[in-house]
Amino acid sequence: MNWLLALIQTLLFVSLAPLLAGWIKFCKCYLQNRKAPSLFQPYRDLWKLTHKQPVVSEQASWLFVIAPYIIFSAMVLAASVVPLIAVNLPTAASADIIVLVGFFAFARFFLTLAGLDVGTAFGGMGASREMTISSLAEPAMLMAIFTLTMTASSTNLSFAIGYVLEHGTVLRPSFIFALFAMILVAIAETGRIPVDNPATHLELTMIHEAMILEYSGRHLALIEWASQLKLMLYGVLIANIFFPWGIAEQLSFSALGYGLLNILAKLAVLALLLAVSETLFAKMRLFRVQEYLSFAYLLALLGLLSHIILES
Amino acid sequence: MNIENLDFYTQAILTLAALIGLTSFLMLGQGRLLRLVFVFALQGLLLAIATALAAYSLNEPHLYISAVITLALKVFLIPWMIRRQIFKMNIHRDTEALKNKTAVMLGGASLVVFSYYVLHPVLHNTPVVMLNALATSLSVVLLGMLLMISHRQAIAHVVGFMSIENGLFFAAIVSTNGMPMVVELGIAFDVLVAAILFGIFFLHIRSSIDSLDVDMLNRLNEVDK
Repeated sequence: MNWLLALIQTLLFVSLAPLLAGWIKFCKCYLQNRKAPSLFQPYRDLWKLTHKQPVVSEQASWLFVIAPYIIFSAMVLAASVVPLIAVNLPTAASADIIVLVGFFAFARFFLTLAGLDVGTAFGGMGASREMTISSLAEPAMLMAIFTLTMTASSTNLSFAIGYVLEHGTVLRPSFIFALFAMILVAIAETGRIPVDNPATHLELTMIHEAMILEYSGRHLALIEWASQLKLMLYGVLIANIFFPWGIAEQLSFSALGYGLLNILAKLAVLALLLAVSETLFAKMRLFRVQEYLSFAYLLALLGLLSHIILES
Repeated sequence: MNIENLDFYTQAILTLAALIGLTSFLMLGQGRLLRLVFVFALQGLLLAIATALAAYSLNEPHLYISAVITLALKVFLIPWMIRRQIFKMNIHRDTEALKNKTAVMLGGASLVVFSYYVLHPVLHNTPVVMLNALATSLSVVLLGMLLMISHRQAIAHVVGFMSIENGLFFAAIVSTNGMPMVVELGIAFDVLVAAILFGIFFLHIRSSIDSLDVDMLNRLNEVDK
């Protein structure tokens, strides 16, 4: 029963990710006085892409073809260990948050390899930029996570969320810092404005799009789906770690339904905030990303410090 | 001490202490003057909230007056005055390229550790919570000094000076349960007078070296080199 629930939760993750992307686009279009496409447009795009013939360059090796499958499955595995609507599911117990960061790194490694593989100028450029950014973002993310794990004295996500729930509303200064650091890292890692612009193609400033420029058809569909999943994963992490109230603790039908409604509402609000910030801010120069991420690192460090100084 | 066992007032004071520390860091990394003044006003607002909270929880009505004074002076009047100066001197579009921004920020983080380390020996005699808040306010003072060292614009120096005062004020609130009214009024007016005097200083510096960049003062020599 529990394993079935874990499976259902992962499937929900995978199936809701395009909807979240559609909702963000909807909010952005509304804020920018444009006519928004339907909320289900990302599903239609994925459907369309899967029915197109993928074109693979003659120079591409086998790595180029299998990379989308590896990236997508790494993201699905990552999704299976993050509590979405319920805590204490068996899959969540099998892996902790460091494994989750490992899954992200694994997917990124293959994405950059695939970018380098075909040997286009854009692919190599995107890959090097992606690596630069992630090497700065990952320490900040780990520091933010360590703040949480030091509070809960466990690196297990399910356990940590349970710990936060158990103690009720406690104002923790360290969590405020960790939350801000996590938001900054999430924006950088999922390639949103101001670090990268997900809506551009063929611009010298692009990062994520530069790596996947050579992909088409079902390969492209898988990569796009994986990046939507990554965005949702970060959203769920932020929502469930820092505002876990409403997540199902018992595995009863009503609690699960309530948990699902709660997480949908939280994600909708987070996406709205993302859309507002993307409308307000302009993309920054690539060489300023380092300052942005070092600020995120600083925030995470302050979170850790204030946990030790103010809370213990 | 575990934060779950503390009452709401202490939790809120600790959170406010952390946020005030954060605003100090934001000021430290800020190259634009208008934004610097905005963050300074934000710090004043947090300070006013902390004062009002102390007044509510300690049941001392005179602290409300001090909260209102803080709100009026540090959130509205002084930032407004500095802002007007910035617009008058037409430097609101200037951005200051900070040297070694990351190093300064990490230096700031080590100052936080340092202030805790300095106050640690006092820990045996006072409640731990007060000591933590005191360590934060000491670090706000030190960060204000770092702000004055690392920025070159005279206006940034003034903001750093004012934020040092903010740190002292916060320390006074958390450790003494509010100073006597006379002292508070005296300090408030001192700060106000300082802000006005600084305004006059800006004009003098500007008329003598044609800029507010104090690094230019190093070039004032009797003989031309």
